[in-house]
Amino acid sequence: MSSIDITSNPYKKDFPLLASMPDLAFLDSAATAQRPACVIEALDHFYKTMNANPLRGLYELSIEVTEAIDSTRKSIARFIGAGEENARDIIFNRNASEALNIVAQAFAPTVLEEGDEVCITIMEHHSNLIPWQQACKKAGAKLVYLYCDKNGFISDEEMQAKIGPKTKIVSAAHVSNVLGVTNPIARMAQLAHENGAYMVVDGAQSVPHMPVDVTELGCDFFAFSGHKVFGPFGVGVLWGKHELLESMPPFLTGGEMIDYVSEQDAVWSPPPEKFEAGTQDAAGIYATGVAIDYAEKVGLAAMEQRERELMRYLAERMDALKFIEVVGPADPDARSGAYSFNVTGVHPHDVSGILSGENIAIRAGHHCAQPLLLFLGMHTCCRASVAFYNDASDIDKLVEGLELVGRMFNV
Amino acid sequence: MSNGSTSSIYSAALMDHNAHPDYRYELEDATHSHDGINASCGDELTLYLRIDDENDIIEEASFTGHGCAISQASADMMAGLIEGESVDEAKRLLGLFIGMIQGNELSEDDIEDLDEAAELQSISRMPARVKCAELAWRTLNGILTERETEK
Ligand SMILES: Cc1ncc(COP(=O)(O)O)c(C=O)c1O
Repeated sequence: MSSIDITSNPYKKDFPLLASMPDLAFLDSAATAQRPACVIEALDHFYKTMNANPLRGLYELSIEVTEAIDSTRKSIARFIGAGEENARDIIFNRNASEALNIVAQAFAPTVLEEGDEVCITIMEHHSNLIPWQQACKKAGAKLVYLYCDKNGFISDEEMQAKIGPKTKIVSAAHVSNVLGVTNPIARMAQLAHENGAYMVVDGAQSVPHMPVDVTELGCDFFAFSGHKVFGPFGVGVLWGKHELLESMPPFLTGGEMIDYVSEQDAVWSPPPEKFEAGTQDAAGIYATGVAIDYAEKVGLAAMEQRERELMRYLAERMDALKFIEVVGPADPDARSGAYSFNVTGVHPHDVSGILSGENIAIRAGHHCAQPLLLFLGMHTCCRASVAFYNDASDIDKLVEGLELVGRMFNV
Repeated sequence: MSNGSTSSIYSAALMDHNAHPDYRYELEDATHSHDGINASCGDELTLYLRIDDENDIIEEASFTGHGCAISQASADMMAGLIEGESVDEAKRLLGLFIGMIQGNELSEDDIEDLDEAAELQSISRMPARVKCAELAWRTLNGILTERETEK
């Protein structure tokens, strides 16, 4: 039995922006989440009481910052199921895009040869697509796509047909930012490994919505962005299997990532430092740790349950509007966070523009997934996305706004 | 914070140009055509012109493509404005329109010259939509610049 009351909202008060704009229906969390007060305060706290350059610290403050970063590594390793003891397999960078570029630019060249294949899905965000296009071009390898049906489902036959002996890397979104569907990562990883290939996961849209366990997924690399999990902008995470991080070359080079430098050569530090050239966003990393603690306190399972109820309610209200064309699965339970749609005969930018006038924030456009939209036979669409801090009134506002769009465009 | 200003851009005239465009068709005997794209939203437009080279007159203008109501209406208004005008006059209107969208004040005369297109003035305060309103005009600029370098 569902005991979740989506008309009440015990979470909004934790989010200063939402609390101060009671009329705003924020339905764009898939682009970036709102931040709770504790995260915003953590940044302030850091600069007021902890600020120093973290590495090679020889004095109290610097040591404290280094410890704070290591402690965030541990939290994240635990959070994604890699285990606290493997905290040093957590690499900090700027965002999921950069994390995926580390894999495509530093790891991929060590395994890709001419004639090999990289397999991705048709629903990839450009951040997990263009890096592979580039890697394939450089190596003379072929980029192969796993196609889904119109509900976003990738069949086992499709995976068996596309993942084979030529495949060296499989890379897929855990959750699609457009369709909201969860891809069968564990099965992809199994097929990849049977064929001697590696499994890379873009977790940008799964980590904010569900408990994630990289061990259960069986992947080799996992990337996500802190800003979509209630942390500050500017912090991305890459987790990788230790032996792969050990053996692959660095991505960026420079300060803080070497053990020893001579005039003509350098010896890399072990991971994670090997992949963290230059001064890190220590304050951002510290606040990301606070964001993870907050998410764990609310509970990912609780978030997932509440979002499921929100999604069911959203789907029910949208189904009642005769001019809505749903993009993606008909079953609301198949969606994590994202609900994409079109208003018949109305361009998505007009929809979002009119909704914006009513204080409703949704996304419209190609959602950085142009190949997917072309595959689905459209150029653009609208996307409303929810997080656990939304409630039924946000959805009611959206529906009212869409009714206004319908009246204005006579649909 | 509710402002309604976004909705007010969707005037009756704009909605009419969007729903019933006069110039939205492929021009078979075009002397010039050019594709314009709005990379951030994936909108695409092809502008066709038939220019009488001897007299430097735009005899006919039309467009095809897909985009939001603002980009479509703006294209239709533009085609109506420049059809039958000299190339120099089209350039002058182009300068006026882009200036307006970038936020320049217009004189009474300028507003009259831009006719309905002057209604798009308030878009200068909506950075996300500026590119939509400009798409057709920037494409026109592409054609006219190319034509000049060819000469
Ligand atoms: C599925 C997916 N992958 C990757 C990204 C890229 O994230 P970032 O822009 O933080 O690098 C996004 C962001 O929208 C996304 O939704």
